[in-house]
Amino acid sequence: MNRLLPHPILTPMLALVWLLLNNSMAPGQIVLGLLLGWAIPLFTLPFWPEQVRIRHRRTLLRFSGVVLLDILLANLKVAWLILGQPRTLRPAFVVVPLDVRHELAISVLANTICLTPGTVSAHLSEDRLSLLVHALDVDDQDELVATIKARYEAPLKEIFEC
Amino acid sequence: MLNIALVIAFTLVTTAFALTLWRLLKGPSAPDRILALDTLYINAIALLVLLGIQLGSALYFEAALLIALMGFVGTVALCKFLLRGDIIE
Amino acid sequence: MNDATELLLSLLVLAGAIFTFIGSLGLARLGDFYTRLHGPTKATTLGVGSLLIASAVYFSVTGESLSLHEVLVALFLFITAPISAHLMAKAALHLRLTSLTPLPKETGSEASSESSRNP
Repeated sequence: MNRLLPHPILTPMLALVWLLLNNSMAPGQIVLGLLLGWAIPLFTLPFWPEQVRIRHRRTLLRFSGVVLLDILLANLKVAWLILGQPRTLRPAFVVVPLDVRHELAISVLANTICLTPGTVSAHLSEDRLSLLVHALDVDDQDELVATIKARYEAPLKEIFEC
Repeated sequence: MLNIALVIAFTLVTTAFALTLWRLLKGPSAPDRILALDTLYINAIALLVLLGIQLGSALYFEAALLIALMGFVGTVALCKFLLRGDIIE
Repeated sequence: MNDATELLLSLLVLAGAIFTFIGSLGLARLGDFYTRLHGPTKATTLGVGSLLIASAVYFSVTGESLSLHEVLVALFLFITAPISAHLMAKAALHLRLTSLTPLPKETGSEASSESSRNP
């Protein structure tokens, strides 16, 4: 089972991408998509040494919902800031100490930070203990760090670790 | 109604193009120019999608997808060059 | 196409174009590289995202079958936009570009982890 199907999540994802690319739901395309989804992970196995395990599906769903909502709100906020007075912006570099150790969790966290309210992750320290974040407009730096940790890091830790 | 909305949208996106080009020419630093190029390809995708709706042709989608792929690779390569002075080590 | 769909389409197209415009306006208007980075990487993803939704709705309504391949471009942009933003910020820090705020100490190897322990 594991040898023949090394990445059970990747296979349906690749099949779905194939169907979207062809923009059709014809039975032949579904079979071809599943075939490709089975063959590609098998041939690229050396690039994916460890298996991704998702522990709490419900947390993942809730996390995706929170992130999508935040992207929407973040865009409105950033748009408002750009249209306002650029001189009144208070940009800052903030260091976020990391609790998550899993590599995938760290990269998902960095991506999430880039997509949400006026923050861009700029640098991950060599020892993977802290993430440097640039924020467009900050009131209180400690509050920002606490928000990032509670809102994004805690669910990710629950999803990928524990 | 859609026609009016499309005309306004075309105006806004082409103005966005002009602003981005201005930043591309003005600089002042290399990362600024890379950022301008990155924005330029996203604007190009927006324009292509709008053209697709205007002309009712799904063909433009393929071009948008290709620009998205190539633009990302280009941005990453340029950033990598700035970071390391080399793209493929 | 009935009136309600046309209204929805017009709103989506306008919202997308406005966000795309605001992203580029931020690029042209803001003071330093790090703040400029925020405009295009966020506003444009949502802008292009809503334009793509509009396109998907349009071709699903006018075409003979459901058209969902626009989702692919949106998905791709949402995955790649943060990566390119991160890389550009990293490159700018590497070159020590001047900023409106004090730059963090050396972002090489030890310094940043030092500062994380004593913030």
